Amino acid sequence: MTDLLRREPHVISAGLELLAGAAEGQAARVTRVDWKPPMPGTESDLVRVLADRRRAAANALAIRRMLAARAQLVDLLPARDALGLRPGEFLHAGPPTSWERAAGPLRGALMGAAVFEGLAADPQAAAAVAERGGFALDPCHAHHAVGPMAGVISPSMWLFVLEDPASGRRAYCSLNEGLGKVLRYGAYSPEVIDRLRWMASVLGPLLQAAVRAGGPVDVTAILAQMVQMGDEAHNRNRTGTLMLLRDVLPSLVATSFPASDVSRTVSFIGGNDHFFLNLAMPACKLALDAARDVRGSTMVVAMARNGTDFGIQVAGTGDQWFTAPALTPRGLFLGDYGPADANPDIGDSAITETAGLGGFAMAAAPAIVRLVGGSVADALAATRRMYEITLAEHPLFQVPALDFRGTPAGIDVTLVARTGILPQINTGMAGKVAGTGQVGAGLVTPPAEVFPAALRALAEAAAAPAEPA
Amino acid sequence: MSVERVEARAGAYADSVTLMQVSADARRADGVEAAVIAMATDLNVSMAVAMGFRPPPGASQNDLLIAIRAHDGRALAAAAAEVDAALAGRPGRAAAGGGTAPFESPRTTGSAIRTDGQGLVLISVPGRYAFAEAIDALDAGCDVMIFSDNMPIEQEVRLKDLAAERGLLVLGPDCGTAIVGGVGLGFSHTVEPGPVGLVAASGTGAQQVLCLLAHAGVGVSATLGVGGRDLSAEVGGRSALAALAALDDDPATDLILVISKPPAPLVARQLRELAATLATPVEFALVGRGEPDLTAATERALRTLGRAVPAWPRWPAHRDGPRNGLLRGLFAGGTLCDEAMVIASQRLGRVESNIPLDPAWHLDPHAVASTHAMIDFGDDQLTAGRAHPMIDQSLRLERLAAQARDPATAIILLDVVLGHGAHPDPAAELAPAIAAARGRSDPLVVVSLIGTESDPQDLRRQARALQAVGAHVFASNAQATRFACDHITRAP
Repeated sequence: MTDLLRREPHVISAGLELLAGAAEGQAARVTRVDWKPPMPGTESDLVRVLADRRRAAANALAIRRMLAARAQLVDLLPARDALGLRPGEFLHAGPPTSWERAAGPLRGALMGAAVFEGLAADPQAAAAVAERGGFALDPCHAHHAVGPMAGVISPSMWLFVLEDPASGRRAYCSLNEGLGKVLRYGAYSPEVIDRLRWMASVLGPLLQAAVRAGGPVDVTAILAQMVQMGDEAHNRNRTGTLMLLRDVLPSLVATSFPASDVSRTVSFIGGNDHFFLNLAMPACKLALDAARDVRGSTMVVAMARNGTDFGIQVAGTGDQWFTAPALTPRGLFLGDYGPADANPDIGDSAITETAGLGGFAMAAAPAIVRLVGGSVADALAATRRMYEITLAEHPLFQVPALDFRGTPAGIDVTLVARTGILPQINTGMAGKVAGTGQVGAGLVTPPAEVFPAALRALAEAAAAPAEPA
Repeated sequence: MSVERVEARAGAYADSVTLMQVSADARRADGVEAAVIAMATDLNVSMAVAMGFRPPPGASQNDLLIAIRAHDGRALAAAAAEVDAALAGRPGRAAAGGGTAPFESPRTTGSAIRTDGQGLVLISVPGRYAFAEAIDALDAGCDVMIFSDNMPIEQEVRLKDLAAERGLLVLGPDCGTAIVGGVGLGFSHTVEPGPVGLVAASGTGAQQVLCLLAHAGVGVSATLGVGGRDLSAEVGGRSALAALAALDDDPATDLILVISKPPAPLVARQLRELAATLATPVEFALVGRGEPDLTAATERALRTLGRAVPAWPRWPAHRDGPRNGLLRGLFAGGTLCDEAMVIASQRLGRVESNIPLDPAWHLDPHAVASTHAMIDFGDDQLTAGRAHPMIDQSLRLERLAAQARDPATAIILLDVVLGHGAHPDPAAELAPAIAAARGRSDPLVVVSLIGTESDPQDLRRQARALQAVGAHVFASNAQATRFACDHITRAP
């Protein structure tokens, strides 16, 4: 029975200020909801989805699975071995696309990867092969993998292999090349290809030997620590990178590789503040894959972009992508580059925001507040705003500046539709012309349309007769 | 014999300063002999070993070592629970710190409850959006009052079913009035705490009863509005039944009054059946033909409680004689309009209305009737896109002037509802309009003034302002209506 008549009156008012004020005038404690109408056209779908009897338990289950997942770096393998990729097959970031629809950076990365694989003599020849339909493309996300920016994975590239010890589930990500002229930003010059060759012949095998000798590296533990040390694990991974080095150095130096290889490997990792991003991403992928395929759940399990389209996937709607044209980030530019040079949003790295890191953990990373308007207060506000659209607070990712509150985690499609607040994504910016590389870094959101589209599918699923489990 | 707990928790990180504090607190706890809570670095592990603990082999610097030794199992469990609590991420509420960022208000009801705690959720967003906020309330274990109208009935049923499953109460939709914990919500009044609990499917009906009780010096334990459709066959009294049970369980409630228009017969039977099983006496005030009016029902409740029935306040104008002509009711309160129609139709016959007692008596609210007529200005059709007539009187004032120009108009009957949420000074607008009307054709003007001595508008001042322009003012709507009927001699 209700204990309404036994409680001190605390009124939570959504709607007319007249009524809130009248209650306050009678000395009641009043909390005001800053209510605004939902995204246009979502009213009836919201009712159907919110009335779905499965929703509350389904979301609780999805959240529980996401938060329970742990990620350990257990191995490194070439993609041909890890994923069974064959020559001419390429994975890419974001929702499915084709060479015809591919943006400049994705085309550039595919051209470079084809040269790296020896499928073409030079990038232009690679483009010609692609034009003839010579390459098979598939999203990383469809293979338990993620890739930053263009996210191109080819058979000879080495991958981090992450595993959740409890479930045995695995996720994969390429190795980070550093900043500037790099394949993932669409660059394909000889220095890019040379670096990829070194990564495949030295960096990958050396790290493999070190990890196999030293045992699994607890990536989740590093994530929890780095968030308390100024990283948000998307645009800032400096602490995470150094902690990774700390963990692998003892076995790295004990390998039988030449000292010059070890030295170059250590300075390559230490000199690349983003090296850990490619471990943060698959750790997040593992957590979100654990939350997939929960009927009735409205939780987002992937946000990803291919440079043309932005797509999301939702726990309650399987592998279906909800896509719309990707927006172009706003932010800070390298050198002489400006907004006109930037390609629309690209990369699987928004998996970090999907898991409660990146832009959602902005309050943990005061060093990069220039991305969000310049002040620490803006960073705190950015994280706080994300609590309005999330289902949980991540118990491991605690923000010191918010009094160790957990980061907002588990984006709820219904809350996005109700509030109109879009997930904030911290991101790098690629040049839109193939071959350019990175031009800046900044902020972006998904195109708003993807959320009403996902909500519609959830509403249809809610109305459909229950399928056998 | 000491007991101890030693574990290495993977993936749980806290900084060393925090952990030193947690360790120190754990060591100080009752019955604790030794405690180390630290990241399992070599140094910390060897320290734990030196203290006699045996850390799990393989614990690494990324694992959190928790080692506690205590006199007995209870002390150990208590200390371990405290450590867990200290290490848990602080929930949202603690985030009040955190620099100079301007705080943005919560954007959904769910978010507000998460940050500010549970309470009674009061929803007055447009009806087509109210469902989401109400679901938030029920999901978070909160009772909810839905002031909004125009919520589809299947949504109302869904919410009330969910509330029943969770032991919660849905007041409304279209719940205009509630009093909980002494706080009046929606259109309401400041009343003393007292023995009467109201279950009301009618807002202005409840307000009439509340005010009469206040005039009788009897207070109210709670008023639970359940929404105008609750006692329909479709909704089946879901909230009224729950509200009856809640009030029966409430030690402050000695008598329950159910206020409604006549319910669907099956629902009425269920209500009476439940009422018969309750320890608390239940009186019914069901406004309709053959039922006691609100004033009579209140009087019966007073007698049941052994309280005196006072002479209800009235502020008569100078003596007016009977009139030939038609009675025109211009109401803000739907139930007050219903009650007046029930009384007037027994005396005068056909009374046309936009909310007719008999479908054959339907009147377009914008048309001028050739019979006795009463308009409910609070009906959905007349409130679309504008505030309720208890707040915005303009439509009613226009009609008052128009009726005064009609030579067939003999008597104009009005309600004026005071209290929280209502117009701050209705007489200031109404008195000049009445004066102008009387100046034109001298109709008899009768007012039901629904208010208490504690209302912010000042009941006596409102009454005198209306009386001063020649209106006959009554605290009882039934008495006002009978007075009006008494002064109609015959239709023209």
